[in-house]
Amino acid sequence: MPFEVLVALRFLREGRIQTLLILSGIGVGVGVIVFLSALISGLQASLIERTLGTQAHVVVRAPEDVVRPATAPTAERVVASRLEQPAQRLRSIVGWPQTLGLLRSLPGIRAASPTAEGPAVALRGLANRSIALRGVEPASYRGIIDMPPRMTDGEFRVDAAHAVLGVELAKDLGLRKGDKLRIETPRGRSDVFVVAGLFDVGNKDLNERWVFVSLRSAQTLLDLSGGISSIELKVDELFAADRIAADIAGRTGLEAESWMERNRQLLVGLRSQSASSGMIQLFVVIAVALGIASVLVVSVVQKSREIGILKAMGTRTAQVVRVFLVQGAVLGLAGSAFGILLGSALALFFAALATNPDGSPTFPVALTPGLFLGAAAVATVTGLVAAVAPAERAASLDPADVIRHG
Amino acid sequence: MAEPLVLVEGVTKSFGREVVTKVLHGVDLELHPAEFTALVGPSGSGKSTLLNLLGLLDRPTSGRIVLEGRDTTDLAEAERTTLRGRSLGFVFQFHHLLPAFTALENVMMPMLAARGREEPGMRERAFALLEEIGLADRASYGASKLSGGQQQRVAVARALVLDPPLVLADEPTGNLDTESGAQVFELLRRVSERHRTAFLVVTHDERIAARCDRVLTMVDGRIRSDVRRPAA
Ligand SMILES: Nc1ncnc2c1ncn2[C@@H]1O[C@H](COP(=O)(O)OP(=O)(O)OP(=O)(O)O)[C@@H](O)[C@H]1O
Ligand SMILES: [Mg+2]
Repeated sequence: MPFEVLVALRFLREGRIQTLLILSGIGVGVGVIVFLSALISGLQASLIERTLGTQAHVVVRAPEDVVRPATAPTAERVVASRLEQPAQRLRSIVGWPQTLGLLRSLPGIRAASPTAEGPAVALRGLANRSIALRGVEPASYRGIIDMPPRMTDGEFRVDAAHAVLGVELAKDLGLRKGDKLRIETPRGRSDVFVVAGLFDVGNKDLNERWVFVSLRSAQTLLDLSGGISSIELKVDELFAADRIAADIAGRTGLEAESWMERNRQLLVGLRSQSASSGMIQLFVVIAVALGIASVLVVSVVQKSREIGILKAMGTRTAQVVRVFLVQGAVLGLAGSAFGILLGSALALFFAALATNPDGSPTFPVALTPGLFLGAAAVATVTGLVAAVAPAERAASLDPADVIRHG
Repeated sequence: MAEPLVLVEGVTKSFGREVVTKVLHGVDLELHPAEFTALVGPSGSGKSTLLNLLGLLDRPTSGRIVLEGRDTTDLAEAERTTLRGRSLGFVFQFHHLLPAFTALENVMMPMLAARGREEPGMRERAFALLEEIGLADRASYGASKLSGGQQQRVAVARALVLDPPLVLADEPTGNLDTESGAQVFELLRRVSERHRTAFLVVTHDERIAARCDRVLTMVDGRIRSDVRRPAA
């Protein structure tokens, strides 16, 4: 064991009560950091999960038609014009199989699925509801939204004869598994499907509006003649979605919208939540640092005799400095071990306190090795930094003074 | 005569900035290897001040101190520390052991500081010294659990562990009862002979001074007399 570490550990052990008190202080501080981080990241993860459970991370579409005035203004001519946006019509991605292949080959993309989507009306007898018709490939769509586990009745089966709809729509139209329903589109096409199953995606609006059919059926009903309206993507890293979307737009000339654009409010909320918890943690770190520094300053005064002896018998100033830096780091590290236990216990207790009807915790917590390592690192570095001033003080002690005064 | 171990030339020492107190008024002195010297004199005459200068714990106001042929005047603090660790041992009046360590560890401490960590042989060497001072059975005792005399003997062992040519002792028996004081002094004489270590011992005890090879008397910051006892 290096000389400095040996001396540092003995000094800490000798300062029993002082050491225990500051360790508890650091432990409580680190506990707060761990608890807060676990809670905030748990809440954020569950919020994102709830939001993105029914959304693609990136949706790629054909670009909107740009409207230009028929007469351009020139130097001599002033043109007064009012531009009418064209009626929304379904735009189809040109050459989509190649685009899909390209997207699937890009790094950071976990899944890509073609979708033919458009407005339609679902009818049963005299009742009708306007719906969002979604034609998908069931196999690749699983990678975007995993529907089978969300089926409350029947199965997620979409083909020439079968459709899948939400529980709310089924209730509105009085439909059950095995019943028939007719779907009509504004283009005047219609078809009849057997209800293969009912889903509940945890969102009333979507449970009322989404009707899944096969990609081919939707292409026919929406008059897309083999085209698709969008490609939906899941990415590996959630917060890289906007970067990836921009990259795709640049490469393909298509429009690519990330979940971050579609959920600005959520994102702003998440960021300010992170910022405020970061502030709290910063203040905790400062309090911990001041605590460590004050304990070490006192210890330098108490140990001035020992420091003088060490110097008199040939201990170099740099070694004395390191003795105190090591004490700071050891206090931080040991305190963080205690704090990690405390914070985790607190977080788990909090998570167990209240649960949703489905058994999941109301306050989910995310206790990860990364969080523990981070907390330990922050505490150790804090201890080290806090020890700098006391160490300098110890180094500047004059051994002759100390020896003279016994 | 052989080259002196320590050469002190015209050393003065003053303290204070505004009110300057001149404590040493020009000290000239030679110390020789293996010589056992007493430094006596009235309280306040500057004995401890001189010892601190010789121990490189403080710097003279003027004059120079040459240790083993090396002029220490212009050495940087770090070099002085290294030299101090290697060439000098200390025994103080208030037996300065480190209470957080055992007797054995206290003896090892100068070796640990010099080498940066424990190395093979250190423990054995420290233990051999404890045996020599008759405290082998207290090796694993905490320093604060030893009696005053025992602590002072451990301090002697610590001063000797790096085999320095000179040990400086400031009233090593001043804080002990007569019997333990005599014991410690006997120990100093014995180890001095055995290790051929020079000692400079500050003392107020006439009987102790009388048994040294040489007696320096200091009065008002000057060496008033330097008496060598003929070798027995
Ligand atoms: N750091 C200092 N600052 C100011 N004055 C000092 C300092 N150290 C010593 N002195 C003064 O120098 C003088 C000599 O002190 P020193 O300790 O050397 O005496 P001493 O001979 O060892 O005395 P004693 O036998 O009582 O130990 C004293 O008057 C003391 O007050
Ligand atoms: Mg003195």
